[in-house]
Amino acid sequence: MTRDQLLKVIEEITIVIEENKVHLTDLDQAIGDGDHGINLNRGFRAVKEKLESLRDKDCGTILKTAAMSLISTVGGASGPLYGTAFMKAGAVVAGKEYISVEDSIKMFDEAIQGIIARGKASRGDKTMLDVLVPAFEAWKVAFEEGESTEKASEKMLGAAYQGLEYTKTIIAKKGRANYLGERSIGHQDPGATSSCIILKTIVDVMAKGE
Amino acid sequence: MVGIVIVSHSNKAAQGIKELSIQMIQSPVQVIDAGGMVDGDIGTDANRIKDAIEKADDGDGVVVLVDLGSAIMSTEMAIEFLDREQRERVVIADGPILEGAIAASLQASIGGTLVQVKGAAEECREVSKL
Repeated sequence: MTRDQLLKVIEEITIVIEENKVHLTDLDQAIGDGDHGINLNRGFRAVKEKLESLRDKDCGTILKTAAMSLISTVGGASGPLYGTAFMKAGAVVAGKEYISVEDSIKMFDEAIQGIIARGKASRGDKTMLDVLVPAFEAWKVAFEEGESTEKASEKMLGAAYQGLEYTKTIIAKKGRANYLGERSIGHQDPGATSSCIILKTIVDVMAKGE
Repeated sequence: MVGIVIVSHSNKAAQGIKELSIQMIQSPVQVIDAGGMVDGDIGTDANRIKDAIEKADDGDGVVVLVDLGSAIMSTEMAIEFLDREQRERVVIADGPILEGAIAASLQASIGGTLVQVKGAAEECREVSKL
């Protein structure tokens, strides 16, 4: 993925998050404090404002700048979580203008480790990790098995959506939804949903190959 | 003197807790509020918290009182943003934000150490109201 594609990914994420603002907020109203869509939209709008100044920067700087914007503007838990993920992923490609497949695996892994350390959550807690961890594993395994980027993307998204469905079946252990206990069953996790949306956007931009 | 930082999702709540905390003390303890977002919206902002910690620290360290959820994550992040040397003397108290802030401010005002001030805030967890 080139630097221009990375900028395109971030730009597309801001658009898709805006489109899904109400959907994410509705999901969060059911089991949380009802601000996930509003918060993320505010965060990514702030990121978008920075994009123009990042056109000639390296991938690490682009991701780190996006991270700092998210940290300062999101307001809810997704700010430090996505902020940490972007920052950790950015550190992998500091000074680089191109992201290789090996880089992407390392970035994905680092981002997840950052989210785990920040949120002190694990898989099965009904969080974004229930999407990100299986998606990462599918992505990594696909390349180990010699699959094409296209096929790896397909498998990664498949695992992500399966993880999203899984969040409907489990009890929330983290965040405000934790207070609901068993009543959180049946509801899809908002953070897992936004993670799916972001992964799908990355795949869509790569598929266009612009 | 140990400084106190109050981190709430609400700017008004953080300001109000600060107001109650300094009401009881005579000596100039630095009690700094870091509530809400820059634009006044509900939320927490690691950079705002970092600025507040730097303001509250005179070299003796800072105890941070937090409300819930992202207040903890944003504060942890703010601490990571500090210089290594300063980072060592900043701690989050695992106690109720209002009672903890009052007890911690009082303990700081009588020259309590970082450990004592944090302890004062955390002891409030056990205080029964009725």
